[in-house]
Amino acid sequence: MSLTVDDVKKIAHLARLGIDTRDIESYTVDLSGMLDLMTQMSNLDTRDVAPMAHPMDQVQRLRTDAVTEADNREQFQAIAPQTEAGLYLVPKVIE
Amino acid sequence: MHNKTIADLAKGLRSGEFSSVELTQAFLDRIKRHQYLNAYITVTDESALQAAKAADLRLASGDAELLTGIPIAQKDIFCTQGVKTTCGSKMLDNFIAPYNATVVDKLNHAGAVMLGKLNMDEFAMGSSNETSFYGPVRNPWNTDSVPGGSSGGSGAAVAARLAVCATGTDTGGSIRQPAALCGITGLKPTYGRVSRYGMIAYASSLDQGGPMTRSAEDAAIMLQAMAGFDEKDSTSVDCPVPDYRSGLNNSLEGLKIGLPKEFFGEGLNSDVAGVLEAAISEYRRLGAEIKEISMPNLKLAIPAYYVIAPAECSANLSRFDGVRFGYRCDSPVDLTDLYTRSRGEGFGKEVKRRILMGTYALSAGYYDAYYIKAQKVRRLISEDFKNALSEVDVIMGPVTPTTAFGIGEKIGNPIEMYLSDIYTIAINLAGVPAMSIPAGFTGGKPVGLQIIGNYFAEDRLLNIAHRYQQVTDWHLQIPNGFE
Repeated sequence: MSLTVDDVKKIAHLARLGIDTRDIESYTVDLSGMLDLMTQMSNLDTRDVAPMAHPMDQVQRLRTDAVTEADNREQFQAIAPQTEAGLYLVPKVIE
Repeated sequence: MHNKTIADLAKGLRSGEFSSVELTQAFLDRIKRHQYLNAYITVTDESALQAAKAADLRLASGDAELLTGIPIAQKDIFCTQGVKTTCGSKMLDNFIAPYNATVVDKLNHAGAVMLGKLNMDEFAMGSSNETSFYGPVRNPWNTDSVPGGSSGGSGAAVAARLAVCATGTDTGGSIRQPAALCGITGLKPTYGRVSRYGMIAYASSLDQGGPMTRSAEDAAIMLQAMAGFDEKDSTSVDCPVPDYRSGLNNSLEGLKIGLPKEFFGEGLNSDVAGVLEAAISEYRRLGAEIKEISMPNLKLAIPAYYVIAPAECSANLSRFDGVRFGYRCDSPVDLTDLYTRSRGEGFGKEVKRRILMGTYALSAGYYDAYYIKAQKVRRLISEDFKNALSEVDVIMGPVTPTTAFGIGEKIGNPIEMYLSDIYTIAINLAGVPAMSIPAGFTGGKPVGLQIIGNYFAEDRLLNIAHRYQQVTDWHLQIPNGFE
């Protein structure tokens, strides 16, 4: 199976991932190559097989609803690109 | 003293032969002398010497553990509080971790001295250490060759004696493949045995941290300190940690070793196959019985992995958005521009390839055909392991199809690079533990033997590896120029 340049642009948009226009062609070739690899699986009959999401087939562990973390806001915001008054700053979203 | 094992160094530290400060300084000097290997991203000399001083006091007080005062290094995927933690990426080039990974806390608590943070493929995606933002690492056995990846800095540093031992992580072979190509011992534990808290996520259902050392005994000592339940990791398994050293010398009489015929067919370099045959004969002499087995679904491990791992990576790496930490692009015009350019400029090519692949596999219309299909294949592969391990005690085979390849040789062809993990990937899909141990050389480059065991059978794997290392000296070989 092969992808087109437009397919790759659409996937890059879904992933909010900037791709240099000069590189789109090579990503298209690489991803098509990966998809060719995947077709090996389609010959295998898996109708009655349950999907395996996790090696241990674990269930989510529960804990009591209690505060376990200290307030580390200052420490965490010290490594942020831009903050003000305890808030993370991003470009304006609503006019 | 840089050629000694952990157990010997522990004796030397206790007898007063040398102090941890002297030992640490000796390793820091070696790191400086062999900088061209590019094994380290960050060297923490000041804090290392402080930790060594504290270790010497602890040794003097008699309250020391085996790792107290031993200079080790951390793969730069483990968060280290107050120390740059890059994961080999421009995205995290400015990231000072606000807390320690559990593995880091545990090794610090044992008194190990951290020399620094080791180079790696970007976000652990790669098999050659060439995808690192900080440049490729050189293999000490042949400096024009790759050390393997993604824990390439760990493999090179341990082989070149730039640390006594190191941490690594393994999502599809990233501990075992560099261990094999650098001629050291590497152990990927059972999924859930070692906490993933603070270990930057690539594919959460496959990632597992483990030790990279020069001997099986050292791996036992290091795993002892790293393993155990952690309530901060919801996939950590709550089951007791055995004493990994106590059974190292157990007899291998009657041990049943399975050799999957799928591991020894087309694609395996004949010289590598010859080295492995000799290693298996050694096990026969140690009393093991050899049986040929079949694991018919192994051949689908690469396609299944390259759906599942990218799918999980595309979700995990969505946190890198330029808002709360990490790289942010200059002058974003709006929020979408901020996300798109920060991610586009911050991630390298292989990471982008996998995010795109994963996003595609999870997108509407393709989810069943790729992601669910791959999860079903994963179940069949895992059943192959269950069936095989009910017939035999352990499975043996190659770690890699060839010895270390040249820097630049495969980086232009991603599919060819993916195929270098053909013997290691299935193990992560099943979640079982596996080791790579040095088994010989061909063309002056090391060859690794892979030993795969049942869930939580790390003690048995270490025993099997240790007995081999008692009768062979491959693990004692030192690359030229690093004596």
